[in-house]
Amino acid sequence: MTSAVPGTLALLCFLSLAAGALGASAQQPTSQSAGAIKPEDKITEIKIGYLRAYAPRLTLSLLDAPPRDEGVAGANVAIGDNNTTGRFIKQKFSLDVTEIKPDADAVQAFDDLIAKGDRYVVADLSARQLLSIADIARDKGVLIFNVGATDDSLREEDCRINVFHIAPTRSMLADALAQYLMVKKWPNWVLLYGSHEQDHLYAEALRRAATRFGGQIVAEKEFKDTGTARRTDTGATQIQQQISVFTQDLPEHDVLLVADESEVFGTYVPYRTWTSRLVAGTAGLVASSWHPASEQWGGIQMQSRFLKATGRRMLSKDMSAWTAVRAVGEATTRTNGDDPKKISDYIRSDDFSVAAFKGQKLTFRKWNLQLRQPILLGDTKSVVSTSPQEGFLHQVSELDTLGIDQPETKCVLK
Amino acid sequence: MQRRACVLAILATGTMAGPASAYTAYVSNEKDNTMTVVDTATMQVVKTVDVGQRPRGITISHDGKFIYLCASDDNTIQIIDTATLQVVGTLPSGDDPELFVLSPDGKTLYVANENDNLVTAIDVDSKEVKTEIPVGVEPEGMAVSPDGKTMVNTSETTSMAHFIDTGSHDVTDNVLVDTRPRFAAFKPDGSQVWVSAEVGGTVSVIDNAKRQVVKKIKFAIPGLRAETIQPVGIAISADGKKAYVALGPANHVAVINTETYEVEKYILVGQRVWHLDFTPDQKTLITTNGNSNDITFIDTATDEPVQSVTVGQQPWGVAISPN
Repeated sequence: MTSAVPGTLALLCFLSLAAGALGASAQQPTSQSAGAIKPEDKITEIKIGYLRAYAPRLTLSLLDAPPRDEGVAGANVAIGDNNTTGRFIKQKFSLDVTEIKPDADAVQAFDDLIAKGDRYVVADLSARQLLSIADIARDKGVLIFNVGATDDSLREEDCRINVFHIAPTRSMLADALAQYLMVKKWPNWVLLYGSHEQDHLYAEALRRAATRFGGQIVAEKEFKDTGTARRTDTGATQIQQQISVFTQDLPEHDVLLVADESEVFGTYVPYRTWTSRLVAGTAGLVASSWHPASEQWGGIQMQSRFLKATGRRMLSKDMSAWTAVRAVGEATTRTNGDDPKKISDYIRSDDFSVAAFKGQKLTFRKWNLQLRQPILLGDTKSVVSTSPQEGFLHQVSELDTLGIDQPETKCVLK
Repeated sequence: MQRRACVLAILATGTMAGPASAYTAYVSNEKDNTMTVVDTATMQVVKTVDVGQRPRGITISHDGKFIYLCASDDNTIQIIDTATLQVVGTLPSGDDPELFVLSPDGKTLYVANENDNLVTAIDVDSKEVKTEIPVGVEPEGMAVSPDGKTMVNTSETTSMAHFIDTGSHDVTDNVLVDTRPRFAAFKPDGSQVWVSAEVGGTVSVIDNAKRQVVKKIKFAIPGLRAETIQPVGIAISADGKKAYVALGPANHVAVINTETYEVEKYILVGQRVWHLDFTPDQKTLITTNGNSNDITFIDTATDEPVQSVTVGQQPWGVAISPN
């Protein structure tokens, strides 16, 4: 067995659990779930805002071009689901979508949303934009659900008591991948990373994962963005040679890790390397919160429903937005109310969980409000595996073997 | 020929308490579009029948003459003659039927349409849709009270048990249970409805008069991660004393004392145990084990597994002839 967390914590509790868990316990249900819900006359309206930074962007593969409604579509399907449930308890949900440019000021757009009466805002923004609205939201009693930014800093030094993170962090994604590579006994890695800030952040998450799970990064190389590598009519030949040369003279390794969130070279790495090695990271085997081919755990139902509603396949951001809106719906159903303070208290309590077709209930880490979730590892066609991997143990939840854990956190919620 | 096989089987499985009566079990195999026919006395496969696409929910008419089978990907319910094992008709189920329940008088089939958030009531004789009842998101579990007056549907994403008056077809009560409720079963005296929550990992016991959760049953199996315990199918004995709950990927069936609500035993069966049913004499319980492609016979006197029998790919549900 492999221990995910340093020291003794991990195994101890598993053993004590196993020893003490004989038999089952019958418990009194909590008050929220005890009573039958009788229809009432008054309809409660719950308005959810969706603030999004968007501009069309080039991707290395046409297949990766984000759909115009990426994320928003997932939120809309969840609004429909919430309303189906809401029919029985007189709750009606609606979604206000506002778009700004990726580098724009988010404050005005946010103020406009809450002026409309939205007390829950799904945010698909950069870390910088999200931070700029977090404290204003807190002072006005608004809850934010982050579905776009994977930055660990937002859950650590920049964490906020009113910001719930649905999107997994880079460290969760990197840990999910590292666990699988270690289970496969492919421990020697070469790290290729892009030259932009977010590429460096993902590279750092991969280095951390290597240290944590016993992988060896035997060499590193930065791919400079010279602005010429993008797709062109004649690019295929050049790229083929360029990547081959770029990966020449590397020490012996099992896997090439690629950290290229900026879409400069990563997609071009598989099959064009000097030696015949597997590729993982942002290309090849990719860790993500959802996969368009995931059909386990009732996922086929979600996929069919999404396809029927939107005419396309469901992507990770769609699933994050769906989960965000469902988390609000779940909390308003269980508390039979819409006061953001009560909803926030409930989501942070032991009673809260949300199901998102990942084989187990999802809950929030109380110390930084990050959603715990299994991470899917997939290629372009199928789900290869799901982390946490078997044998990575934890005293609270195996899901906490992914990402920065409570003993290491820098978050002080305020 | 068949008798000789029967004698041999009993000799071979000496652990059986005594010769079981011969019934026929019909197993739907979700992944290879077949139905396996099994003799419950010999515990041998008698025949494998080709059926529609993605067969899941399966039940049998009270007289044993017809099998009703959800062919989910064909959006239909097939009627199979048990004498000939031929498909003799279909029922208009609506989109993606998964689970259904037959009314006590045998005249109405209530079907959960997972993709449309509906329960469809079908008149079995005229083969016509009587009504469609809007319910929560991803309806699945279906149960009818012994007096036929109340139908219960569970919706997975809404996490509610909807109580429906079978006379007016109105939803009269909605009871919140834990996450992803998959199956509902009435106690034979009609006093309670038991609802399993796959992701919540619990079984909620609902008082049918009060329409309130009166007990929540939790499970723990030493050495297994809590997340692997995912309750799905429920079978309550005819005397109402014991409830058996299939725990999915935990590969065990829990045996619950219905008076104390304590789990008295966990029976190891096959992988991803999904649904289960009793033989009419109540002596045997048969489970479908989706990932090991087999079914397990459990002796209900000892609550020990007796034998597993390989069937088709990903067995989903089982129906057993009444005679």
